[in-house]
Amino acid sequence: MTLNEVKHILQCEVIAGEDRLNTEVRMGCGSDLMSDVLAFTKADALLLTGLANRQVIRTAEVADIRAVVLVRGKRPDAEMVALAREQGIPLMVTNVLLYEACGRLYRAGLPGCSEVPAAEGGTAG
Amino acid sequence: MNGGTFRREFEVTGGDFYNAGRVSTEIKEILRQIGIAAPKIRRIAIAAYEAEMNIVMYARSGMVILQVTPEIVRLDVSDVGPGIENIELAMQEGYSTASEEMRALGFGAGMGLPNIKKNADRFEIRSEVGKGTTLEIEVNL
Repeated sequence: MTLNEVKHILQCEVIAGEDRLNTEVRMGCGSDLMSDVLAFTKADALLLTGLANRQVIRTAEVADIRAVVLVRGKRPDAEMVALAREQGIPLMVTNVLLYEACGRLYRAGLPGCSEVPAAEGGTAG
Repeated sequence: MNGGTFRREFEVTGGDFYNAGRVSTEIKEILRQIGIAAPKIRRIAIAAYEAEMNIVMYARSGMVILQVTPEIVRLDVSDVGPGIENIELAMQEGYSTASEEMRALGFGAGMGLPNIKKNADRFEIRSEVGKGTTLEIEVNL
């Protein structure tokens, strides 16, 4: 699923990474616990979270998460936006609640982290 | 690399939440430039990030030493801080002594050390209460 599709399905406002919306994500992860995100995601995931701080962007960068969607109307502060731009992590916001956002994407065909195999080989892009 | 060893030291400041994760991002970029495969980089970066967050959250100061040889990537993490009283307990998923402030950042849910161990091919932890903690983390290439 592309970020453009995610944007459309969740009626997102794009905060950072407008030029990267053709990026593909292989799975979705909904969590406010960053250690759990590090533990359970695989490369090329989309992160949906209600947590809005710089650690979310760091977590995304470290775990090869391709984009972050802030749910239930959470707004990032200037520091979070700056880090997202610096790290090249697309950041979008939606008013949709976490459960519903995950449900909509899952219904549209984006699987969960336990349902896709880990990425193999290659070098990080 | 030319078959040699790459070595670099990074300082981490306890309580510096603004910069927390910067060292791990730098390590990731170095490994990318060396040309290590993405899934290995991801494992090392996750271990480095959890270790870095632990220093920021619990210790006064810390150091991360990155070494890369043709065979392994190794992280030696050491901090000056309170240490860990019961390592066996600290290694259990869900066990945590984190404050509300740490939890509000999305950490301190008791997954840090187990996450490091899970991503490492070799993991050693030593700690002395009142002095600090050292971690040895290796990922085979």
